[in-house]
Amino acid sequence: MKSQREKLVCIGNGMAGIRTLEELLKLDSDSYDITVFGAEPHNNYNRILLSPVLAGEKNFTDIILNDDNWYAENNITLYKGHTVTEINRIKRLVITKSGESVPYDRLLIATGSNAFIIPVPGHQLQGVVGFRDVKDVDVMLEYAARGGHAVVIGGGLLGLEAANGLMKQGMSVSVVHVTDVLMNNQLDQVAANLLQTELEKRGVQFLLSAQTEMILGEESVTGVRFKDGREVAANLVVMAVGIRPNIELAKRANLYCERGIVVSDTLQSYDPRIYAVGECAQHRGLAYGLVAPLFEQAKVCANHLAKYGIARYEGSVTSTKLKVTGIDLFSAGDFLGNDQTEEIVFKDAQRNIYKKLVIEDNRIKGAVMYGDTMDGSWYFQLMRDATDITAFRENILFGKAHVGDAGHGEVNQIASLPDDAEICGCNGVCKKTIVNAITGQGLFTLDEVRKYTKASASCGSCTGLVEQILANTVGDYSTAPHKKSLCSCTDFTHDEVRKAIRKEGIADIFALMQVLNWKTPDGCATCRPALNYYLLCEFPGTYQDDPQSRFINERAHANIQKDGTYSVVPRIWGGLTSPKELRAIADVAEKYHVPTVKITGGQRIDLLGVKKEDLPKMWADLNAQGMVSGHAYGKSLRTVKTCVGSQWCRFGTQTAMSMGIELEKITWGSWTPHKFKMAVSGCPRNCAEATIKDFGVVGVESGWELHIGGNGGVKIRGTDLLCKVKTDEEVVEYCTAFMQLYRQEAHYLERTAPWIERVGLAYVKQKIVDDESGRKRLAAAFIESQHYAQTDPWAECVAQPMAFKPLAVLKEEIA
Amino acid sequence: MAWLNVGLLEDIPRLGSRLLVSEKGNIALFRSSSDQVFAVQDRCPHKGGVLSQGIVHGCKVTCPLHSWIIDLAAGEAVAPDVGHVKKFAVKVENESVFLDLP
Repeated sequence: MKSQREKLVCIGNGMAGIRTLEELLKLDSDSYDITVFGAEPHNNYNRILLSPVLAGEKNFTDIILNDDNWYAENNITLYKGHTVTEINRIKRLVITKSGESVPYDRLLIATGSNAFIIPVPGHQLQGVVGFRDVKDVDVMLEYAARGGHAVVIGGGLLGLEAANGLMKQGMSVSVVHVTDVLMNNQLDQVAANLLQTELEKRGVQFLLSAQTEMILGEESVTGVRFKDGREVAANLVVMAVGIRPNIELAKRANLYCERGIVVSDTLQSYDPRIYAVGECAQHRGLAYGLVAPLFEQAKVCANHLAKYGIARYEGSVTSTKLKVTGIDLFSAGDFLGNDQTEEIVFKDAQRNIYKKLVIEDNRIKGAVMYGDTMDGSWYFQLMRDATDITAFRENILFGKAHVGDAGHGEVNQIASLPDDAEICGCNGVCKKTIVNAITGQGLFTLDEVRKYTKASASCGSCTGLVEQILANTVGDYSTAPHKKSLCSCTDFTHDEVRKAIRKEGIADIFALMQVLNWKTPDGCATCRPALNYYLLCEFPGTYQDDPQSRFINERAHANIQKDGTYSVVPRIWGGLTSPKELRAIADVAEKYHVPTVKITGGQRIDLLGVKKEDLPKMWADLNAQGMVSGHAYGKSLRTVKTCVGSQWCRFGTQTAMSMGIELEKITWGSWTPHKFKMAVSGCPRNCAEATIKDFGVVGVESGWELHIGGNGGVKIRGTDLLCKVKTDEEVVEYCTAFMQLYRQEAHYLERTAPWIERVGLAYVKQKIVDDESGRKRLAAAFIESQHYAQTDPWAECVAQPMAFKPLAVLKEEIA
Repeated sequence: MAWLNVGLLEDIPRLGSRLLVSEKGNIALFRSSSDQVFAVQDRCPHKGGVLSQGIVHGCKVTCPLHSWIIDLAAGEAVAPDVGHVKKFAVKVENESVFLDLP
């Protein structure tokens, strides 16, 4: 234990403050004596889930995030129900209403916000409440138990959730809103009308374009009067017109405040000893009221409290969901647009579906969706990443699934799905399991859900569904723009790491980790293979490949199977073989008792069920017959599939087989960010299925069409046409240049399809088609790196078989 | 304790692993970057994956089948996964690796 621990005081026992402490304790559990003050008499609870508590779908105990044990286990002194009244910045003291006085070295303000109560006459009457904390919910439930009529002032997110809850508790409810568009901060007129119709069907009454003049009653509320003279009777009035950052305390301490406490990218106020996070903070002009930005702030703030000093908060892009059971609604960004923007709209009144995207310069600026929100997270991601949507603009409103995600049928309305609906087809995770994990474990991010449930952790095609469930359950979902670190060992992104490799010129994984301040001593199974690839790609001649940083398939040059045996796939150039090769394959299959022999989709022969120690012997036999590794196991050039082409086919226009073999001879052995597949068809009938390959070549009478970025796996994606060329030499040049661009710029484990969607087809065309000298440079760089890559890994292993044998065989008698 | 000499430390690659074949089930030997050696049953508690073929980092290994992470010092899966893997006592003396088979 350190002799002189610093004192950290956190004012606010809510989600932002406690999350910051949790993040801090993860980084450093020993530097601070921590004290927490909370004005409410409770432990930290999930404020977002107050709506379900009001609606009777959850109990208060369900939404508590940190129990007494948590505070005790982390040696945190908690003052529940203590309101802080003064911060003495000179003496560095925090003073409470009841006279407690606690010194601090660093102070964290996380006082959240207050419900805004419109100061009309009568606002202090009994039966007028905000909707902000558990106390408000208790008051509402107390009134609801007596029945009668409730008026909710404010037709925004919170107001509608309150109305829904009160109605479920048996009250009749009117919602009053100043404009004629419900949720006008999130919805446009069309979506708002759909929502209003649906809520009216459920029994909510609406008074739109109504300005409250006064609240009627003597002691208790009896009604509301509006400026246009209308009046409604009411036993309960809920003010849900908005929240105001709770900054009274900060102002009294003369901290600089505007709408909130003004903080920098390190979440520090103008007094560097004082940090502020959450709804009370104002960062780059914005005070956020959603949970995800708070958590991003918490992470950065904790990083600085722990004195790592490397994180920056750069703002959040947010999206919104309504937590009313059975209503699917999504909104993000600038959903109204302006005269610079265009709209793409889909409306089907019969099915109650409405989708609108606001587009500027072929990039999504905002979205509103009602009824079918399945693709909300996809649009949100495209918006965050400022992806150029030109390539799929015509189909974009039909959604991602329209392009053919496998494995989960035609699910698109998450809210109406039954509990036992299978969401993740790979890991067999159903909706209820995910919802339970989110509420039970207090999860807020996609990564957390993946960790706990494995949903979307394998092939990832159900990611959108899982994000939707998360958004539906938690209420909002957002992430910081762009920046996504390579893995949890670092805060750097793939691109930043590659840039650093080029700048620093370090050709060693462990030296690189040290320079980039890796958080773990030797990385993890995610970052090490990525770094190994990046270094190999950057320094093809000099970098010493690190086998221990490769996934087992690339280390053993064979595919591991579920029982720990391996599969062997010899290279069959262009899919053309001979009796001699077939005989050699048959011979090894018999000699080593291979249980399964299978023809693959890429026109190769797969020998499955081989013991690891037999691998070098089999390879030696195959090598002796002139056969080499087929790299069916690698993030590398896999296969070039061909049709017979003009040599035999009566429709053929080009010699597909010889073209395929030539491409395979030039590109085999190259390492790529992910697997790389090619095909050559001799005519547009395209029997080699070239238009679902990473690089597809289709013969036409006048030459060859070159296609890129196709995928036939998890997600069907047809290729984009790159260009047409005339000669075989051009095919080779464009192909190698394209592979090199992919090798240099895609993220590790990113297939060509998502890479092209990320950077845009126009960019790739510019680099490969328009820029002739650039293309030639790329092609030359590829050929140069192939000098070092084209050695048969099987032959190398045959020479050193040790790693394939057990270290020792232990006999019963000696043991 | 019956310490059994199973081979040389230098024959296990750093951040790598070697296999011991035994009639009671295979044992995986791991060597960390700081030359610590661990021995556990070569069987992931999840779906029986061969841990000896995983990527080693810190004193942990990532199973090659479904990426469960196993803490080799504790013999337990890293949270949130839950699972136990049998550990064996192991020591290094004079560059040789000794294993205690129960």
